[in-house]
Parts: sequence; C-alpha cells; structure tokens
Amino acid sequence: MDFGKIFSDGVREALGVNAAAYALAAIGLNVQYGLTGLLNFGQVGFLLVGAYGTAITVKETGAPLWAGFLVGILAAIGLAAVLGIPTLRLRADYLAIVTIASAEILRVLAGSRHLEGFTGGPFGIRGWAGSFYDLNPFSPGRYGAGKVSFDHNTLWVMTVAWTLVILASVLVWLLKRSPYGRVLRSIREDEDAARSLGKNAYVIKIQSLAVGGVIGALGGMVIAVNFQFTNDDFWLSPFTFLMYTVLIIGGVGSVIGPVLGAMLFWFVYQSLDSLLRQAIHEGVFGDVLTSTDAGPLRLAFVGLTLMLLMIYRPQGIFGNRQEALIDDR
Amino acid sequence: MSADATTNGAILQARGMRRAFGGLVAVDVESFSVMRGSITALIGPNGAGKTTLFNVLTGFERADHGEWTFDDRDVSGWPAYRIARAGMVRTFQIPKALARMSVLENMKLAAQTQRGEGFFPALLRRLWCDEEARIEARGVELLEWVGLAKQRDDYAGTLSGGQRKLLELGRALMTNPRLVMLDEPTAGVNPALTEQLLDRIRSVRDEGATVLFVEHDMDVVGSISDRVICMAQGSVIAEGTAAEVVADPQVIDAYLGERHGEAAMPTSEGPT
Ligand SMILES: Nc1ncnc2c1ncn2[C@@H]1O[C@H](COP(=O)(O)OP(=O)(O)OP(=O)(O)O)[C@@H](O)[C@H]1O
Ligand SMILES: [Mg+2]
Repeated sequence: MDFGKIFSDGVREALGVNAAAYALAAIGLNVQYGLTGLLNFGQVGFLLVGAYGTAITVKETGAPLWAGFLVGILAAIGLAAVLGIPTLRLRADYLAIVTIASAEILRVLAGSRHLEGFTGGPFGIRGWAGSFYDLNPFSPGRYGAGKVSFDHNTLWVMTVAWTLVILASVLVWLLKRSPYGRVLRSIREDEDAARSLGKNAYVIKIQSLAVGGVIGALGGMVIAVNFQFTNDDFWLSPFTFLMYTVLIIGGVGSVIGPVLGAMLFWFVYQSLDSLLRQAIHEGVFGDVLTSTDAGPLRLAFVGLTLMLLMIYRPQGIFGNRQEALIDDR
Repeated sequence: MSADATTNGAILQARGMRRAFGGLVAVDVESFSVMRGSITALIGPNGAGKTTLFNVLTGFERADHGEWTFDDRDVSGWPAYRIARAGMVRTFQIPKALARMSVLENMKLAAQTQRGEGFFPALLRRLWCDEEARIEARGVELLEWVGLAKQRDDYAGTLSGGQRKLLELGRALMTNPRLVMLDEPTAGVNPALTEQLLDRIRSVRDEGATVLFVEHDMDVVGSISDRVICMAQGSVIAEGTAAEVVADPQVIDAYLGERHGEAAMPTSEGPT
C-alpha cells in the first residue's frame, strides 16, 4: 500500500477549498451555537442563500460579482431575520425545528422545476463566477511541493477562502473577549438570568444568528465559486451535521477549533478514502467490500469518531475540558 | 390595605393585578405597594403566588390584567430587560448562576450600560478597556462583600447552592438597582452566613435602595423588615409591621395554621 499517497491525499484536502468552506460554516455555527447556545440545525440554508444570492444576482442582472457577494450576505441577514424574529422569543427548540425545516424548503425551492428560469432548477446556475478568475494573480501552472499541488485557479480560490477564514476567526476572537461576547455567553448559559440583568436577549440572539449566518454564507459562496456552479444537490441537510462534526472535533466555543477541526476532518476523510480504495483494490477485504463502499464507509467512520469524541473528549481538541464537564444544574 | 401606602412614598405600586394558569388563579392582587427606602418582606405559605407576583412585576410572566408603576413610571407589561434597566432587579428562587462563566464574569455581566456590549464598539478594545477595569474593580469589591472573593476565578457552576444565592445577590447589586427583589435570599444559606446576609441587606437599604424580599423564616422577617406583606392563595391578606401581620387572624389562619397544624392554632376556625 502506498502510505505516501494516503498522506498526501489527506494533506491536499486539509489545505483545500473544501476545508476552508467547512471552516467558515463551522465558525458561523460556533458564533451561534458555541457562543450563544442557539441550536441552528439549518446552517446549510445560510450557505445556500449565500451561493444562490450571488449566482442569481450576477446571472440575472449582469451585475458585477462583488455586488453578487453583497446580495449573498444581505440574503443571509434576511434569512436570519426571517428565522429568528418569530422563533427567538420562544423556547430554544423552536429555532432548531424552524432552521432544519427552512434549510430543506430552500433546497427544494432551489431545485424546483417551477423556478427553473430563476434558479436553474435541478440544472443549477453556471457561468457567473468567471470574473473571479479574471482577477487571479497567479500565472497558469501548478503550485505546491511533492505530491501536494494545486493548479493556479484552485490556488486563487484557496487564497481568498483561507483569507476569509482568518478574517472570520479574528472577528470571533475580538467578539469573544469583549463584553459583547460575555453577553452572548450569558445567553447560552441562562437567558433568563441575562434578561434579569438588563440584557436584551432577543435582539442579541437575532444578531448572533445573523453574524453566524453571514460567515456561513461566505462558505457557501466559496464552494459555489470553486465549482463555478451551484445546484440543489450541494446543499443537503446532512451537510449541517458535518459542520457540527467539524465544530465538535475542533472544540465548541474555541476560536481556532472550527478551523483546525475542518482541516483535520478533511485530512482524515480523504486519507481514509484513499486507504480504503487501495485496500479494496488490493483485495484486502476479498469480496466483502467493493470500491463503491468506500464512500459510505468513511461516512460511517465519521459517525463513529463523533461518538467516541463525545464520550472521551467532549471538549474536542481545542475546547476547554473543565468547561465541558460542568453541568448546569 | 392602608391607603397611605399608595401615595408618593411608594417606589412600586400595582393595582388589579391578576395572573391565572388555566383555572388556577396564581395571583389576584387588588393593590400592592412597596415604600421607597424600606425593607419589605413578602410572606405567605407555599404556592401563595409570591414568585408568580415577582415574575409578573419584572416582566418574566405576562399579566392577565393589571397595572403597575415603578418610580412613578408605568412599567406594566414591559419586557424583563427594560424593567431591569429601569432599576428594578430581581433574583430567582432557584438561583441562575451562569455556570460556564467565572464568578467574576457573572458579576461583570451585571454592570449596566456597558459600551463594549455594542457589536461594533466590542471590536475596538480601546473603547471599553477603561470602563472594563472600573467594572472589574467594582465586581471584586462586591464579591468581597458577599464573601465570594476567593472564588472569583472559579466557574460559577462549581459553587454550592448557598454560594449561588450569594452570587445572585451580588450580581443583582452590581446593576445598581433602586429596587432589589430577592426571592428567598437566605434559602440554603447557613445560619452564620444568613446573619451576614441580613446585615448586607440592611446596608443596601441604608445606601438608598429599596428591598423587597420573599422569606419563610419569621425570625428573619421580624429582625430586618420595616414592613411585611402576606399573601395567600394569590391575594394580599395582610400588610403592616411584622408584629401586626403575625398577629392578624387571617394570617394565622392561612399561613401559620397551615404550617403548624390545627393543634398549634386552636383559635383559627374561621371560613377559608
Ligand atoms: N408556570 C406555571 N404554570 C402553572 N402553574 C403555575 C406556574 N407557576 C406557578 N404556578 C402555580 O401558581 C401558584 C403560585 O405559585 P408560586 O410559585 O408563585 O408560589 P410561591 O408563593 O412562590 O410558593 P413558594 O413559597 O413555594 O415558592 C402555585 O399553585 C403554582 O402551582
Ligand atoms: Mg416561590
């Protein structure tokens, strides 16, 4: 077996665009769930409106791409308002129900044939991200070291995506250490206590949902720009649970956690795929497994890792163990 | 009750306040008032509606109807955070410590009108670091005052039940309230500490704030309250000094009668 390939496959994905997009999505979730305690089970919906907001604006109006990004961000803020205003006065579980449902509704709408003229239906929207690549400062060719290399276009998306990851992380770091972050955490711990001390929990929760949603939407834009394409299949609900996996691996509430969580997730996910494929190819599993089983198997492994993590290391890699072990009576 | 309580000497005044849960009328109070600068005890048997009254007054529970003014301002139906900002701050019968925040952070949170609590100012430390230092100093001072200085960096979730009560008191005072409403502040606090706590409650009044507190221990009530209000089955049934209220036959009937059984109160035979 070629362990060098297994390793380099993993590293390539850990540095790649997907890892950066997942990191953004998880950073957004970290603001909502990790800092504020909001159960957003529809983060993928924020990614979707980011991607579609951009694509539709550029495709339909011929507006420049930056205007498309702006619309994507505004769409995420709008979605946060639509989801948050009616539910955030109610018990916490209502947000969970409404977010998961709305993410599904958005996905079904995006793929609907009735909206084909607008969203492209199942065929999606293509050919709107070209101007992003026109700005590529890297000259054509491959960049990298050893077996890990990227073409100039991928490198350009990576550069922008990881820059966004750094900016979002700095934002979260600044918020977390501030009195504003203290209010967010107080709402996570006990909303009624926060209200009894004069904090307008309702408005702050909507803000938190919007901030996390916008960061998630940036992740959606990164994915769509990378493929220069978006359709409904990109934004399935299980995606949200992979984002939670990333966040939990890295450490809920920690600033760097979601970033390293995303890198580690993609490293393991891809190396495992590479390992399984090689093993199956070499007949290690005999007739029991075929190469089509590699995909589902690695997902099962993700589930198993998550379970083990929750049992043995609930704080994730960078979370605070003492904090994770306190049960709020 | 006494009409003079409803003049401008009252910091909190409620009229016709009612709250029912389905068929159960938890609060049905004709008139309720707390004199400015007093320590007022709210007593009554379990289930009398004391906590529900607190909840309604502070915006944590909706009133079916009723009006109440705080500091001559109509605050009926205001949301909880606005009531607190207006200077009427309550604690909870079951303390709500912010478990995964430090004891000191619990205190600092309670400071009012913090610039750094705005989203954009939060990003620029320079805008709030002086304010933060002042808040921290005040928080530490109050923690010493409630006897939790040693625990300042511990997670509040590691405090004992009694310590949480003390933290809640400190946190409520950190807001600089004009009226502080304490729901059973001494419950679960050991007797020696209770004495200290009562001293502190007195000094809160002496510094100009008004205190309204729910209490079951009649010794405590007798020792520090200027006025006592007794509720039973949702209504105010007596009001006056501790001695007056304790001697009121309706109170004996509703409150002490229930607690000590008929044998202890042979005279309480009135209709219920
Ligand atoms: N959310 C609620 N839903 C239904 N009934 C309630 C609710 N809150 C309070 N009650 C009822 O209202 C009545 C008054 O309760 P409350 O907690 O105000 O009493 P209390 O005077 O504070 O009693 P205690 O001294 O035991 O704390 C009780 O009969 C209680 O069962
Ligand atoms: Mg009570």
